Amino acid sequence: MSGFDKRVYSYEEAMAGIESGMTVAAGGFGLCGIPENLIAEIKRLGVKDLTVLSNNCGVDGFGLGLLLEDKQISRIYASYVGENALFERQMLDGEIDVILTPQGTLAEKMRAGGAGIPAFYTATGYGTPIGEGKEVRQFNGRHYILEEAFHADFAIVKGWKADRYGNVVYRDTAQNFNPLAATCGKITVVEVEEIVEPGELAPDQIHTPGIYVDRIIQGTFEKRIEKRTVREG
Amino acid sequence: MALTREQMAQRVARELEDGFYVNLGIGIPTLVANYVPDGIDVMLQSENGLLGMGRFPTEEEVDPDMINAGKQTVTARPGAAIFDSAESFAMIRGGHVDLTVLGAFEVDQEGNIASWMVPGKLIKGMGGAMDLVAGAENIICTMTHASKHGESKLLEKCTLPLTGAGCINRVLTDLAYLEIKDGAFHLKERAPGVSVEEIVEKTAGKLIVPDHVPEMTFDA
Repeated sequence: MSGFDKRVYSYEEAMAGIESGMTVAAGGFGLCGIPENLIAEIKRLGVKDLTVLSNNCGVDGFGLGLLLEDKQISRIYASYVGENALFERQMLDGEIDVILTPQGTLAEKMRAGGAGIPAFYTATGYGTPIGEGKEVRQFNGRHYILEEAFHADFAIVKGWKADRYGNVVYRDTAQNFNPLAATCGKITVVEVEEIVEPGELAPDQIHTPGIYVDRIIQGTFEKRIEKRTVREG
Repeated sequence: MALTREQMAQRVARELEDGFYVNLGIGIPTLVANYVPDGIDVMLQSENGLLGMGRFPTEEEVDPDMINAGKQTVTARPGAAIFDSAESFAMIRGGHVDLTVLGAFEVDQEGNIASWMVPGKLIKGMGGAMDLVAGAENIICTMTHASKHGESKLLEKCTLPLTGAGCINRVLTDLAYLEIKDGAFHLKERAPGVSVEEIVEKTAGKLIVPDHVPEMTFDA
């Protein structure tokens, strides 16, 4: 059964094989459900010239913001990048190439890449700067633009629980882009809060089936909150 | 008097119907949730993957895994569903959300909207706005009628880069409630004490004014 045992026991093993110039898809929305230890390992390894596929780029000093400190990201596809002073500076200085991508299109590009669909038509962005230069086709009287799928060398994913076969479940809205990123990596690495025995996760509740997953590692997480908003109890 | 932010939210809330799935953008649209009329149940969709957004958590309930699309900590109400981002935008793009409320810099008489980018200023991104306006058939745009310098934001043609083309059908400003159809703004209601003349003066796009324009009323 070891052929299905995806566990690794160090972050060094988890990110083994990543090289400068590669494309990395990352799960997470803001700081929620980000693979924070895998990102920290990429920082430690010092690989550069990365293309990152992620909804956001972390904040100063945490999440993907860490990879800005040593200028490891040369290009990013993201829908919103407004929470990060260092990012702003590198963008204005032309050190990072930002391809703003509508959030739903970003998710679908990951999904399509993992599902063997090379491109898809969407109405999102038609008639806007996002649609410029893209193929347009009409269906039922409406205009759609052609968007191409994402393919990543590595996908880095944060799950809640996994079994050693790599079946993953996510918790609450920490799911977000994670299951989609998990499908579009040549090597998909998932870090989770707990690794359980096969059979402990109900088969019909699995979000990411193990077939998409190459490596699983158990970690501990800071889970920083970006905007703590409370009501009077 | 121009409407306050709270009054704008109250007015938009009157467009809610029992059983509506609703996506509320950041800012004034978020306030709409505070004015859901009695006897009406709506489900709030948050595009990071939550259908059935609840109240903000108490200090004890705060959970870093539970946020809304504005990255604020939230709760899920009973009957909520949580899903991934592709699923979330499938329901948005697929036209399953009954009403979308969002802010804008400009709208024009063709229903175009500009809400994400001012050339020369730092661009943070469109987030989910382009998907929302492309997918919804029923969108209300909330915005001030004119800039601080008195320049109309209801235009013949948007001057800023678009978020979506031909997709907005209703606008609530601090001065008026309008519908957009057949290449014109149609004045439906005016804010209490605001004259039709003022609205005409501050609307740069083509404006159709009926003989009688009712005044909005608000509970004290």
